[in-house]
Amino acid sequence: MIFTHFKRITRTGFINFWRNGFLSFSAIIVLTLSLGVFGALIFGSAFGRALIKEVKNKVDINVYFVLDAEEPDILTLRKTVESLPEVDKVEYVSRDQALAEFKDKWKDNSLILQGLEEIGDNPFPAALNIKAKEPSQYAGIATFLDSKNSLSQDGSNIVEKVNYNQNKLIIDRLGRIIPAVEKTGSIIALLLVIVAVIITFNTIRLIIFTSKDEISVMKLVGASNMYIRGPFVVSGVMYGIFSGILTLVLLAAFAYYSDAIIMKFSGVQGAKDFSLLMNVFSSYFLQNFGQIFAIIMGSGIILGAISSYLAVKRYLRV
Amino acid sequence: MIYFDKVSKIYPDESKALDGISFGVEPNEFITIVGHSGAGKSTLMKMLIAEDRPTHGAVFFESANIHKLKKSQMNKLRRRIGMVFQDFRLIPNKTAYENIAFAMEASGHTESEIASDVPHVLELVDLGKKIWSFPHELSGGEKQRVAIARAIVTQPDIIIADEPTGNLDPVNTFEIIKILQKIHKLGTTVLLTTHNTGIVDEIGGRVITMEKGKIIKDDKHGKYVL
Repeated sequence: MIFTHFKRITRTGFINFWRNGFLSFSAIIVLTLSLGVFGALIFGSAFGRALIKEVKNKVDINVYFVLDAEEPDILTLRKTVESLPEVDKVEYVSRDQALAEFKDKWKDNSLILQGLEEIGDNPFPAALNIKAKEPSQYAGIATFLDSKNSLSQDGSNIVEKVNYNQNKLIIDRLGRIIPAVEKTGSIIALLLVIVAVIITFNTIRLIIFTSKDEISVMKLVGASNMYIRGPFVVSGVMYGIFSGILTLVLLAAFAYYSDAIIMKFSGVQGAKDFSLLMNVFSSYFLQNFGQIFAIIMGSGIILGAISSYLAVKRYLRV
Repeated sequence: MIYFDKVSKIYPDESKALDGISFGVEPNEFITIVGHSGAGKSTLMKMLIAEDRPTHGAVFFESANIHKLKKSQMNKLRRRIGMVFQDFRLIPNKTAYENIAFAMEASGHTESEIASDVPHVLELVDLGKKIWSFPHELSGGEKQRVAIARAIVTQPDIIIADEPTGNLDPVNTFEIIKILQKIHKLGTTVLLTTHNTGIVDEIGGRVITMEKGKIIKDDKHGKYVL
């Protein structure tokens, strides 16, 4: 009996979805717009994360060592710094490496290279480039380096300079701006989701309002609430599935054409500036397709089904 | 079978739709309730299917107080009552077949029962050729015949017809009355409301006359006061 009921409810839901073509189409469009908001938030947060990561990557602090600092002492310090929980990455640039990089950079400028030769000795100090996990953690790392942790085995200071103070302003600003941007983004996202849910719910409520007489007739012939509500919920699920598919197609198209769109709107120079952010959408879409599919389809189906379920409820009190 | 015990319906503006109505309905009776518009006929019918609740008094169906039934019991009771309305109340996006089949599905009939009974009952109301028509493709008389077919298909104990001919022309009116008489002869109790004295004269039998929410005459020989 339960199977027969389920079969009849499903069949009626499909038939109603098909026969109320215009209303179903309207529901799909509104639900697609709502899911589009979800998609925009997913892409927006991916873009925001990529942007913040990019900015964070550009910030580091450099520790320059005195010219006579022994390499084992520097490597010991590197090891100590690496073991700090707030440190993400430490890169060691030896004096020879620094010289080679300088020569490579200015290989076309004979004047500079000649000047370098005249100095005779290698004037470049060894350095450690340190990246913290969060911009706010640089102050702690700088304090650590300023303390006695940077002494050699014989007790002399091997650190010539830590450029934290030069970068302090931008690091501090980033430390304040990034959490604020993330917090504001979350609040805006939450508001957009609430608006999308309310619009969807009201649209489906209006659609079901047109069936209120039908629902009262069903009640009067003795149909149970589940039997009346079921087909509406099935139609709601159908709205969700169709709008989910439509939204995914639109998101895929956007992800695919996003580079061309960025290029078109930002121009050649802008595109060059954005070069590190190119392919963010397309690669994010491909890498996280399973997750995006689950979020969009799941949200569509749940929104459609719950909206229908709740909207029918008020007309069942006959 | 059915008993109205001092039933009153008073609306918030103090107007009385029903005022201390008491009467009983025996099995296999054909009762016509006659009265002008606003006499309380439709409110009385709504009490019987629990579409409305009395302010005072009670309505009993085989000793059960209708308005104290649980939801599931109410659904079962409604399946034993066939309703025919003045405005037909067919489901617009279902064909004649589906409208009738829906009532059977709600009552838990099997697919094979539905497939055999629905065409049969449509033949009974002379609509065998309109089986796949949607309500908007049918005339008023045809819609009402589908509504009657829907009401009788589950073989209810009682048919309640609330002004079933109110929207029909004279020819269709008497066609519908004939169908209801035929159903009654097959053993079903019928409760019919109308303000059309021609119908009352045609049917005869027990007639209850209502005025301003009260029963002013209950006669077993077709007499009424209007």
